[in-house]
Amino acid sequence: MWNRKKRNHSAAWYFSIIFGLLLAAFGAVSHAAPPDFSVVQPGTLLQFPTDFGAHPTFRTEWWYVTGWLDTPDHQALGFQITFFRSATDHDRNNSSAFAPSQLVIAHAALSDPKIGHLLHDQKSARSGFGLAYAKVGNTDVKLSDWHLLRNADGSYQAQVRTRDFSLQLQLTPTQPLLLQGEAGYSRKGPKPEQASYYYSEPQLKVSGKLMRPNSSSDVSESAAKLGSPNMEVQGKAWLDHEWSTSVLDAQATGWDWLGANLDNGDVLMAFQIRNQRGETVWSHATLRDKSGQATQFLPEQIRFQPARTWRSPRTNATYPVATMISTANMQWQITPLQDDQELDSRRSTGAVYWEGAVTIQKDGKRVGQGYLEMTGYVKPMKLQ
Amino acid sequence: MLSSLHTQLMKWLVFGEWRAHPVRAMAAIAAIALGVALGFAIDLINGAALNEFSAAAKSLTGQSDLQVRGTQSLFDESVYPLLAEHQGVSLANPVLEIDATVPGQRSALKVLGIDVFQAMELAPDLIGVPQIDHPFDTLSDDAIFLSPAAQEWLAVKPGDQLRLQSGTDVVSLRVAGGIVRARPGQRIAVMDIATAQWRFGRLGKLSRIDLKLDSGISRDAFRRSLSKEFASESTNESTNEFTNKFNERLLITESADQEARSANMSRAYRVNLNVLALVALFTGAFLIFSTQALSVLRRRSQFALLRVIGMTRSLLLRQILLEGGVLGALGSLIGLAAGYAMAALALRFFGGDLGGGYFPGIRPSVQFDLTSAAVFFLLGTGIALLGSLAPALEAARAQPGPALKSGSEDVAMTRFSSPWPAMICLALGGVLTQLPPVFELPVFGYLAVALLLIGGIGLMPRCSAVVFTFLLNFLQSRAALLRKNQVLLLVLARLANTPNQASIALGGVLSSFSLMVAMAIMVSSFRVSVDDWLAQILSANLYVRTASNGETAAMNPAQQKMISTLAGIKRAEFLRTIPLTLDITRPPVIMIARTIDAADPGRTLPLTEDVIDATKIAVETMPVWVSEAMLDLYGYRVGQRVNLPVGTGVHPFTVAGVWRDYARQSGSIQIRLSDYQRLTADLTVTDAALFFNPDISTVSIIKQVRSLPFGNTVEFADPGEIRAISLKIFDRSFAVTYLLEIVAMMIGLFGVAATFSAQTLARTKEFGMLRHVGVTRTQILQILGAEGSLLTGLGIMVGFLLGWIISLVLIFIVNPQSFHWSMQMHIPWLMLASVAVLLLLSSAATAVLSGARAVAGDSVRAVREDW
Repeated sequence: MWNRKKRNHSAAWYFSIIFGLLLAAFGAVSHAAPPDFSVVQPGTLLQFPTDFGAHPTFRTEWWYVTGWLDTPDHQALGFQITFFRSATDHDRNNSSAFAPSQLVIAHAALSDPKIGHLLHDQKSARSGFGLAYAKVGNTDVKLSDWHLLRNADGSYQAQVRTRDFSLQLQLTPTQPLLLQGEAGYSRKGPKPEQASYYYSEPQLKVSGKLMRPNSSSDVSESAAKLGSPNMEVQGKAWLDHEWSTSVLDAQATGWDWLGANLDNGDVLMAFQIRNQRGETVWSHATLRDKSGQATQFLPEQIRFQPARTWRSPRTNATYPVATMISTANMQWQITPLQDDQELDSRRSTGAVYWEGAVTIQKDGKRVGQGYLEMTGYVKPMKLQ
Repeated sequence: MLSSLHTQLMKWLVFGEWRAHPVRAMAAIAAIALGVALGFAIDLINGAALNEFSAAAKSLTGQSDLQVRGTQSLFDESVYPLLAEHQGVSLANPVLEIDATVPGQRSALKVLGIDVFQAMELAPDLIGVPQIDHPFDTLSDDAIFLSPAAQEWLAVKPGDQLRLQSGTDVVSLRVAGGIVRARPGQRIAVMDIATAQWRFGRLGKLSRIDLKLDSGISRDAFRRSLSKEFASESTNESTNEFTNKFNERLLITESADQEARSANMSRAYRVNLNVLALVALFTGAFLIFSTQALSVLRRRSQFALLRVIGMTRSLLLRQILLEGGVLGALGSLIGLAAGYAMAALALRFFGGDLGGGYFPGIRPSVQFDLTSAAVFFLLGTGIALLGSLAPALEAARAQPGPALKSGSEDVAMTRFSSPWPAMICLALGGVLTQLPPVFELPVFGYLAVALLLIGGIGLMPRCSAVVFTFLLNFLQSRAALLRKNQVLLLVLARLANTPNQASIALGGVLSSFSLMVAMAIMVSSFRVSVDDWLAQILSANLYVRTASNGETAAMNPAQQKMISTLAGIKRAEFLRTIPLTLDITRPPVIMIARTIDAADPGRTLPLTEDVIDATKIAVETMPVWVSEAMLDLYGYRVGQRVNLPVGTGVHPFTVAGVWRDYARQSGSIQIRLSDYQRLTADLTVTDAALFFNPDISTVSIIKQVRSLPFGNTVEFADPGEIRAISLKIFDRSFAVTYLLEIVAMMIGLFGVAATFSAQTLARTKEFGMLRHVGVTRTQILQILGAEGSLLTGLGIMVGFLLGWIISLVLIFIVNPQSFHWSMQMHIPWLMLASVAVLLLLSSAATAVLSGARAVAGDSVRAVREDW
């Protein structure tokens, strides 16, 4: 688990649900036999539309929407809407409607350089009573009034309401699905079972509404100029859908991930999994050009090189917020929309990671925009 | 110059008096201190218990704005999503609250089944703290988290297994850790709501849903509109989501209701204890009155002299009031300190209800309450001032000239002997007994008792004059008798002619003895009634119950059949109890479902005369028999049609009779088990009453039941045993009353001692004169002994009469009004007689002892003093 030593009671389990499950370090001793979870196997073909939906027999699953928004007065904002589904070891014989066998957890964040840090919120619930669910058969995940739904025409609608902002977005695909790894079988480590099923919906066209009822003064000025706290926004987004049961190597302590919508219609995805010493345990990258021709890169062809670091005043974690990613002979310079895009929710849920809007440059020229995720950077808490 | 002289004089007068009679001053201080201490302690204890209970109750509902509950303890969970997504609701937190049966323990464990995700937002103190390596235990299917107090009580620690009972099965749960923040002493457990539903057979059921409203939503407006949606009877619209989906009555409460509920729970008990403290204060005031009256009399010539040399009337008045006030203030201060200490000790050793059983599962600690301290200080000081007011007025009014002369003491007291104020008090007391309770408290009943006491004491001088004059005349008409007994003549002559001084001594005896008589008759009547009641309700040969605590133990129909078909069993009757919340500000009413023959309910129930014939019950309704409390609290009347929520829906019933229930002050309703099972489809029971031939031994029946598959989970109770335990509990809860009775008696005796020593000292000259004319020292002691016995004897007789009248008020007015039950009267003759004899002997002894000092001195000097 990422911050194994950093826990407080109410936060501990929550944090583990989100990231810890990936390690399969789920050690609760239960008198009942734990449920048999499905295992990710190479050679399985993804079936659509069924695989748009949830896979409750796998331990962990997520739908991860990240993207850039453009406001009417041409302010650039980043946003993230994530729904996690997590299956627990709770006895499947428990017929209570409250039985917490499937949990739904959601994060939402808005990145506005004028604020200087992320506005974010999270929710969690056991699925049940129609109040929280992750449905099978189609992307339809809900947690009270947060909702992600794939419409019949293939477009998505996402809705979140937080203290600081609300988003109501329509996400329309402009390109085919991008099956990651070997036709959706995405390896995450040296062993073949360390893998997930993983596909992406890149280059999603975004339109919708952003509402910021309690925005701080500098932002409300711009809102006031428009005469309404509701603003129409548009932009580009990226959706990842990934599910697995046992995915990470025991050595792994964190990962870096990039999903980029390039301006010319190409799409780039790259990730590396690090160990405690910061060495790469596994990595992978895909570049698909607009004609649909995809290039897969092997671990030895990929390098993540920190260009500039930023230290969080809250967690003291140091993040390489500007990075150079090399894929074979190509070099991509990654620059953040703002340095502080750390999602620090230790006080409520315990999860800490950096998830931020970034600009991608190649040979000194801007070629696209995307989202960078960095986990496992929070330092172990000092003992005295 | 003048004022400093006055101050000097005041000091000299006060301290001179106290130095001369330290015991009397101390007794007065002690009496006031005792009254203040008792009152203050009771107030502190109850305040602490009530606060702690409310805080604990509030901590259970967290920061919610409103709580939705069922009229029954559980309701269907289908209402949860409706509320969670209801307009205006920001968060809904479902809770399943279970009083889980703990095998082998006397009380149940309160288990909260929670959804940790919702609870984290609304009641973050009440979530489990898992061990570091088991972070998912808050969602586990076998884990339970216990507060420190609960862990200590059940002697378990994280990692241990905790065995709780569900039905006749044992549920074994893993103790997974503590709770974020439980109140000290709060015994409570939390676990996952799904696990709780599943393990305790409560699938689909919730106890309450705590609601947090969106900011800007008015709680009252929301509450009103939601209640409208809940009210199924009044709306015919088929579109009402709640009533369509949910065929039970729901209640909406907020924290204030909780507080009212816990205040209601112990109010009568609390007020009754406070009244006992007032009795002590009253006795203290009387003691101050008697010491001050006598001290004023004794110093009559001193005061007259002071007046002659220029002391003003008001200054003298102030002086005497100051003396009383200082005694009162000292007593009050000591009382406050003692009361605080008493409260701390009592809370530590007996808990917040002093054995009353109203506040289980909490451990309150004493908090100094300034307001209450101020009230009791003022009460103590004020009552002392009041006690010295009459003597002070008398001393100030006295004409210096006549007062300087000896022998004017009794003249001075004539104003006290007018019978009219006392008669008015008695009459008013009689009228007050007819008034209804105020805020469900017998305020007028207590006022009546106070007025009767005051009136009785006030009438005493007249009474003693009449009685002793009659005796004197009677004896004088038989001159032969008298010649033989000069002592008796002297005694009667004095008692008959100085009734006021005598009555002061009498007053102390009278007030304490009459209160004691009243309390003794009341408690004894209550005890005898409870005993008879127990005999009537415990008619079976043996009782089998699934557990003595909690609500999760039960027997299913197959198990019931096994019991009723055991060899030798003539009949087995089963019983189930269900709490019903009919009013959210009151503790729940207990519904008891059992086998009752509607044609002859008196066979099973201890009915009062208030019953209607079975044929008068409307066919479409079912009969219920309600306890007396239902009449007072809910206005039920025999023959009335009532709608009660039983099972799903509300059903019509007819109140077929009233029964006595000494076990449940908050009301109870008996219903036929067959009706209950038909309405609820709940076929489980908690208790069985077994009837068998007396030639079969109880032991053999117990052995048979034990050998049944579930035989090890049940408990047995022999009717004799239940009766013994019940009476033990009864005696324990009246322990405080007995204690106060003894205290009142002690104060009374103190009063006798103080008055007699004061009087004999004041009568030093009289005794000196008697010695001059040839009366021997022994004869003087005989005179004193006889005076003491005669006075006390009269006091006892009048006190008994007064006490009997007061006991009528207590039994037929105060008790029904505060506890909502009636009882039959029973007078404990033997006990009263022995106390009377004891009192008689001790006051005679006191009189002789205090007289011995007076006659010890030189008779010549004693007489000369006067001149």
